[in-house]
Amino acid sequence: MAGPTVPWQKRLLHPAAKPLVFLACLLPFAWLVVRAFGDQLGANPAEALIRATGDWTLRFLCLVLAVTPLRVVSGTPALARFRRMLGLFMYFYAAVHLLSYSWFDMGFDLPEIAKDIAKRPFILVGFSAFVLLTPLAATSFNAAIKALGGKRWQLLHRLVYGIAGLGILHFFWMRAAKNNFNEVFVYAAILAALLGWRVWNRWVKPRRKVVPGRVASAR
Amino acid sequence: MLIKTNSDGFNHSASSDITPQGIYQRRRELIKLMATGTAGAALAGWAGRQALAQGVQKPGKLAALAGGKSAVAGAVTMEKVTEYKDAASYNNFYEFGTDKADPAKNAHTLPTRPWSVAVEGMVKNPRSFTLEELLKLSPQEERIYRLRCVEGWSMVIPWVGYSLSELIKKVEPLGSAKYVEFITLADPKTMPFVGSRVLEWPYVEALRLDEAMHPLALLTFGMYGEVLPNQNGAPVRMVVPWKYGFKSGKSIVKIRFTDKEPRTAWNKAAANEYGFYSNVNPLVDHPRWSQATERRIGEDGLFAKKRKTLMFNGYEAQVGQLYAGMDLKKNF
Repeated sequence: MAGPTVPWQKRLLHPAAKPLVFLACLLPFAWLVVRAFGDQLGANPAEALIRATGDWTLRFLCLVLAVTPLRVVSGTPALARFRRMLGLFMYFYAAVHLLSYSWFDMGFDLPEIAKDIAKRPFILVGFSAFVLLTPLAATSFNAAIKALGGKRWQLLHRLVYGIAGLGILHFFWMRAAKNNFNEVFVYAAILAALLGWRVWNRWVKPRRKVVPGRVASAR
Repeated sequence: MLIKTNSDGFNHSASSDITPQGIYQRRRELIKLMATGTAGAALAGWAGRQALAQGVQKPGKLAALAGGKSAVAGAVTMEKVTEYKDAASYNNFYEFGTDKADPAKNAHTLPTRPWSVAVEGMVKNPRSFTLEELLKLSPQEERIYRLRCVEGWSMVIPWVGYSLSELIKKVEPLGSAKYVEFITLADPKTMPFVGSRVLEWPYVEALRLDEAMHPLALLTFGMYGEVLPNQNGAPVRMVVPWKYGFKSGKSIVKIRFTDKEPRTAWNKAAANEYGFYSNVNPLVDHPRWSQATERRIGEDGLFAKKRKTLMFNGYEAQVGQLYAGMDLKKNF
């Protein structure tokens, strides 16, 4: 059985672990920047950038929501150290996604962007998800948690489940243009599994049996 | 209407209106200079046109297919031609995948020889043409057309082919024929995405007979001085430059003349989004996005503002009369 003394779990506590994860999270962005400046993004670089940053937002959403199930199932409390960073990276990629759309697709034409948001439901949904994500990113430092109080902070941060739904809807509508939902279903299935586990962990598991010595938590 | 003006040619409100005597006396020289200047500019344009026509570099990938000069109005745009690598690697051909990089990756399996096109329906001479017969049916011409995708991007592509009307004249449509339907290959063995639920297969497109007879409607066999690459619809496709790209069926195996408006592939998939006509029209938005602007692939860089989309993709002078009196918002 895995325990806190297993070497790889110890490594998660190493002082270099956080900077390393940070750099790893930055790699997709760095790779996009390198390819953008090297004219390696294909025939339509704007589209490539917008799509890639959207994909990475969804991937980081999956990653950050996987932290708690992984931590509980594998009994690795050290994983929790990375959750905030992953969440902030999700916000980072979402921000770059919105920026790419506003800049490369709309040329920062604010009235046009406003019209586009109103005209295209999938843009509206994506934009709403970003707006909802902003208070979460803004309250991710310790002082904010203290100021809000743990309970209220947690309640606020449960918004992420709604945001996940909006994100998938955004992706679904975008792909609806091509009737091409395979990837949408993959992300939806991953997110559904991660949310499903939380429901099971919170309501189903405790009724079956109480695990002694471990606090069931699904945050 | 009486136009009143204060200047009678001799009374000048400001001294700056008066031509200095020296220049006035040199006016013949000026006229001469202007004349040669204009002629020079015209010559420059003509020279540029020649340079451009010759500037279509053969990529050296496939068999050569030369196209002669076309006499058709609007057949050759002077705009910068899109690079072959972009035109041959970024396009939609759903039989080979829904991503625009898929066709170039997957279409190598398409067998383009032997190939024949059956012409049937309301024609006097229904028959099947082999590809070789079609290639020789009329002289091949080079047509440099703008291509506007419904998704909001565009290219400039030098196609090689001849007016579809040449073929239509040969088969002699009956008086009752009103539409021409293009049925494309749907072979699940060589086309991995045929059978996917994205669209109904085979991919069918259609034109009104008068649209199909328009000299700009091109039966196309090549691009960039070579035969079509598989991913661009080899060995024979349509190119209808004033309509969104999806109206131009690729890898055509059957052309059918009919009296009823055919249901076309995208129209069947989403009738409220893709109309039968699908003429390029900046004033009629797609229900989910604006069609007012477009990004020219390879030219409009990341930081460039998108360019304005032109009515009928800039072919209004040539094709506008086909739609005289039609409500283009209703018949989108």
